[in-house]
Amino acid sequence: MSTLTVGPGRGGTRRAPAPVALMRGLPLAPAVFLLGAFLAWPVVYCVWAAFTDMALTGASGADFVGFENFTRAFTSAEFHQSVFLTVVFTVLSAIIGQNVLGMVLALLMRSGHRVVRAVVSAIVIGAWVLPEVVAGYLWMALLGDGGSLNEMLGAVGLPPQNWLYTAPILAVSIANVWRGTAFSMLVYSAALSEVPKEIEEAATVDGAGPARRLFSVTLPMVRRSIATNLMLITLQTLSVFGLIWTMTRGGPSNQSATLPIYAYVQAFQFSDLGYGTALALVLLLIGGVFSLIYLRALRLGESMT
Amino acid sequence: MTTESPAVPAPPAAPALAGARRAARGRRSSHVVGKGVVNLVLLLIAACFVVPLLWVVLAAFDESAGLSVSWPQPWSLGNFEAVLNTDTTYRPMLNGFILCGGATIITIAASVLAAYPLSRYQSRYKRPFMLTILFTTGLPITAIMVPVYGMFVQVDLIDTYLGTILFMATTSLPISIWLTKNFMDAVPIELEEAAWTDGASPMQALRRIVLPLMWPGMSVVAIYTFIHLWGNFFVPFILLLSNDNLPASVSIFTFFSQYGQVVYGQLAAYSVIYSLPALLLYLVLSRRLGGAFAFGGAVKG
Repeated sequence: MSTLTVGPGRGGTRRAPAPVALMRGLPLAPAVFLLGAFLAWPVVYCVWAAFTDMALTGASGADFVGFENFTRAFTSAEFHQSVFLTVVFTVLSAIIGQNVLGMVLALLMRSGHRVVRAVVSAIVIGAWVLPEVVAGYLWMALLGDGGSLNEMLGAVGLPPQNWLYTAPILAVSIANVWRGTAFSMLVYSAALSEVPKEIEEAATVDGAGPARRLFSVTLPMVRRSIATNLMLITLQTLSVFGLIWTMTRGGPSNQSATLPIYAYVQAFQFSDLGYGTALALVLLLIGGVFSLIYLRALRLGESMT
Repeated sequence: MTTESPAVPAPPAAPALAGARRAARGRRSSHVVGKGVVNLVLLLIAACFVVPLLWVVLAAFDESAGLSVSWPQPWSLGNFEAVLNTDTTYRPMLNGFILCGGATIITIAASVLAAYPLSRYQSRYKRPFMLTILFTTGLPITAIMVPVYGMFVQVDLIDTYLGTILFMATTSLPISIWLTKNFMDAVPIELEEAAWTDGASPMQALRRIVLPLMWPGMSVVAIYTFIHLWGNFFVPFILLLSNDNLPASVSIFTFFSQYGQVVYGQLAAYSVIYSLPALLLYLVLSRRLGGAFAFGGAVKG
């Protein structure tokens, strides 16, 4: 027992002999097995299948086709549109919508009344906890043909329109802001609660107005939380599927088909697994790049041993 | 809130003091106005957030509900009665509990086991492992559904609970391991060293000493995992095929295709029933956390 090198203190860094190390690592086995079999392997499989003409139907198997799927994607107008829509959806709903609204809510909450604070956070968080399909239905009911928004517009004499048809990407973006803002609000509330009051008060004494105080004092102090939050909500928004699928199914004519929707339709509805996988791989790579930036932003190198 | 202090007549001998008082009073009253505006803006934003929710609540109690919000006339429980049967509600809900519950149990068990060596021992593989875990939390799971489907067909796991549970557990594993390790790091190692000298094995120490101390943190991770899986639509949508296996997150979707003409009131009632477990669990979670949500190291930049 006394030879065990334990604990976070790494004095001496005596490494255990190989068999002991193996025994110690044994509890990792279930997690490593699951992650290997259901996450790492599919990723490898994804890389391989993207270069084949694998189809959903027909037992003929798959032939290696090189970069054909990628050439097809990069020259296809639909693919360009889906990348463009993914960017619009992410910028509108995550980077602008959830991020700014979440920050505004967190800032206002600090000087809001206790009861108001409780009510607002309950409602915003409620929207976040609701299952994504239910959120999709709610927004369909609000924006759809014969929905509440049109009733309201009609009441003030404006022409009704089916927002899910005329502005589908805007509709799903707003729905995603509604659904995801709670996350940013919670992250920013936690970050702001750690900003010492004295510093802001000192700035007030020095004559800084509210705007100056916000941009020169408060926001710089939580900039790392802003960076990590932006990264996380970008990653979450990149893979949104259920919300868009419930509201529009990517339509009309692919006008709300972001990359996940487009890849799903190609792979499962047009039975083109090879091409769908190539599209998924593009999405995976985009996510991987953002994830790497996120790791860098956290700068774990120093803080973790 | 509006406790304006009565104006004290300033002695003429101290004009400077009077000026300071006036300034202070001015600042305080503008402060009060500011608070009023803040509360008003907050309530306005909340009102915007409530509008979509109105429909589901009102339509659930309105047998003739359409897509637009209208006051139920009369209020009725007919929609709930209509959907509370085996095919529409009970079986999908039970399926959801089996799938999400099973996946949550596996996630927690695997996380606790994995976190132990990561938290207690030094190893050169630890840092790369933790970095990989953190990197994985960012990968869009949506992207690997196509290859996972292909793989499941080949190994005959498609349309099975086992396969779906294992995959769902895997998707929630990275963040769960990360959080669990952080919670475990907070348990002092001295307690275990005492147990070791008494002859306990590391696994016994984990079960008897460490876990009981971590139980509040672990219940947070468990509830968080369950809520996320409960709302997940895409994974069971892809991996489960037969109607009898579908959990509530997917079966709610078949309201449109199965019944032709959609009965919106019933859809709303079912949405309410399906959302309740997540909402109730979140209430438990927020009580446990005392209002603030602990995201662990993952978001604390």
